[in-house]
Amino acid sequence: MIKVNKEDMDYVDGMTIQDILKIRKYSHTMITVIVNGQVVPKDSYPTYRVKDGDVINVIHMMSGGC
Amino acid sequence: MTTGKILAKYEYQPAKIEKGYANQTLYINLSDRTIKAKPVTEQMKQIFTGGRGFGLWYLWNAVSGDTKWNDPENEIIIAGGPICGITQYPGSGKAAVVTLSPLTGCPIDNNVGGYFAPLLKFSGWDALEIQGKADKDVIIFIDGNKGLVTIEEADEGHDDTHLIAEELTEKYADSEEDKRNISVVSSGRGAENTLIGILNVSFYDVKRKAVRVKQAGRGGSGTVFRDKKIKAIIVKYKGVTGDSNNPADKEKIINAAIRLHREIFELDKLQNRMREVGTAHLVGIMNDYDLLPVMNFQYGSHPDAVKITSEVFREKYFTQNVPDNCWHGCSLSCAKAVDNYEVKTGPYKGQKVCVDAAEYETIAAVASNCGIFDPEYVIEANFYCDTYGLDTISFGNIVGFAMECYERGIINKEITGGLELKFGNAEAALELLHQMGRGEGFGEIAGQGVKRLREYIIEKTGADPAFLRDISMEVKGLEVSMYVSKESLAQQGGYAFANKGPQHDEAWLIFMDMVNKQIPTFEDKAEALHYFPVFRTWFSLQGLCKLPWNDIIPADNAITNEPHKIPAHVQNYVDIFTGVTGKNITREELLLQSERVFNFQRIFNLKMGRGTREYDRPPFRLMGPATKEEYESRAERYDKQLKELGYDIEGKTTEEKMTMLRQYRESQFEKLVDAVYKRRGWDKNGVPTLETVKKLGIDFPDVVELISRYRE
Repeated sequence: MIKVNKEDMDYVDGMTIQDILKIRKYSHTMITVIVNGQVVPKDSYPTYRVKDGDVINVIHMMSGGC
Repeated sequence: MTTGKILAKYEYQPAKIEKGYANQTLYINLSDRTIKAKPVTEQMKQIFTGGRGFGLWYLWNAVSGDTKWNDPENEIIIAGGPICGITQYPGSGKAAVVTLSPLTGCPIDNNVGGYFAPLLKFSGWDALEIQGKADKDVIIFIDGNKGLVTIEEADEGHDDTHLIAEELTEKYADSEEDKRNISVVSSGRGAENTLIGILNVSFYDVKRKAVRVKQAGRGGSGTVFRDKKIKAIIVKYKGVTGDSNNPADKEKIINAAIRLHREIFELDKLQNRMREVGTAHLVGIMNDYDLLPVMNFQYGSHPDAVKITSEVFREKYFTQNVPDNCWHGCSLSCAKAVDNYEVKTGPYKGQKVCVDAAEYETIAAVASNCGIFDPEYVIEANFYCDTYGLDTISFGNIVGFAMECYERGIINKEITGGLELKFGNAEAALELLHQMGRGEGFGEIAGQGVKRLREYIIEKTGADPAFLRDISMEVKGLEVSMYVSKESLAQQGGYAFANKGPQHDEAWLIFMDMVNKQIPTFEDKAEALHYFPVFRTWFSLQGLCKLPWNDIIPADNAITNEPHKIPAHVQNYVDIFTGVTGKNITREELLLQSERVFNFQRIFNLKMGRGTREYDRPPFRLMGPATKEEYESRAERYDKQLKELGYDIEGKTTEEKMTMLRQYRESQFEKLVDAVYKRRGWDKNGVPTLETVKKLGIDFPDVVELISRYRE
């Protein structure tokens, strides 16, 4: 199990940040991903593999008409 | 249109701009044709800064608590602000428009692009204050080079913006080259026949060789404009340079501007693609996050939304690789347009036009909120709303509400005059739009706005007033802008407490609250509902666009202490304000400028007999599922929430669970109200306390007397 934005999410062996964003339908481009307190560079999303028990925060910025 | 006899004339010596201010306002009374200059005092600048602040102050002094929107005493004030007109920093050509709203009875403010406010200032005026009513249609012309203001008869001619603005630009420009020195404010026939009229502010697009318009859209300012029998206001000024604002420290502005331009060029393509698609990029995102209003805000997403996303508009409709800035120097360039669009319906059928289309709010309002997923319908509706002078957000809410009433059997063809107002019926929606333009049939009734339409339906059909209130998406009489707030308590407050009515430009907290879960407690939410509305007010005091604040963010923003505030850009604003005015301010003082005006506007609502807690109450659909269908569309989420809260939902019907959820959510909302009022320095009834107004320096005798009437 991992935590994504304070909610439980099933952990799948080998899952990447990009997989998590896809599952959660986090399509907004202005996001920052923080794993266990460390910011993950955007270009690492497809390759950064999370571990079971990781705490992930996907911080969305406001934008657009918002 | 031909302009006729000159009814009044005023010659003046154009003032030299000093550190962002012309230091005078142009006052025009259309009833007695007075034209005069009024000084902008140091005290006004100190307390109200400019733009919306000046507008509210002039309006406050012009009206009493009994004044109605269509009384001659009501005013329209158009004002930029000290930063307005600089050409270095993106988004610096905005005008604040302030008037008493026909929809709300309170002050409405809009922040609109186009060239009007900068050209007005360089013509020697910080603000244009119009009072009174003409007895027949007039044109106001301001020639900033000759130092001449005239009120002229508008003899005959076009009724709608796309023709009015084009003809007057042609008429008042000396040459093709001179057209860029003209800006026309106009509206259309729909503004005369409804309460949701807009003002269109023009600029000449040199590349396209076309007159384009931006909208002061909310609250019916165009309706007031036409009620005063103003056909158009034209300002003409030749000679804009990077120094026209005569700033105190140009280097400071340039340094901030260079930083932002660099970010835009390097990062926009990786972030929001504003330069390609403008705010339309939000359609797909809102759909993905279940936040896109669908069918009168019943739902937050729809499988057909893929037909109206920015990808579709970019691929087939938006012209690419042309500068789409609505004032000089804006590299964010988000004012997208559809060129050579052939109009399919109505009086302009067959004409080829350039449509300023389409922004996110418009797409969501006229399309998904009405269950319509057709991009060409969006362009058609956008074109007609603009040229008739109608607010796309209000229009989309009205149609969505009417369609839901029709689908639920509350109204029928007898009420709608034969229109089959089913969700998805684009033909019927467009016919309703044309009826609003003409002031005929059901369109004339619907054009009074959702609140008055609801009252009409109740009177005519005997429908349940409580249910209709739940599903009519307005607060304070203004229709809600386009975000589903059901699952974000903070955004429910953001909409419900907004001074002018539920417009997202005051607070947009859904991601922070619902997705990021960064503001879990009432105190956290209250802090956000204090900071962001106050901060966002600042743009409209200065003549600035909000989008360059948070539609592009620095690469290292994530590692700052408060990434949602975008600290580097706030520092830019401190720098450019100081650079223009020479007044060294801190971030705290920047906020104080806004907080004064924000609270003054709240007190203005009190003056108009509103502005207390009872007016900050949203329809239940903003807070949660108002119908069985809505509950069941998100049943897993709602069931889970009820179980976590300790409710026993075993064997309960949907209706029983809806009752539980409603009780809970309404109680949460009341707690939020208490927390926010406390943080803002207001009492439990939502009235700013004496201590608050004293702290802010807005403790004028009439303000103190007014709030004392409400003292608990």
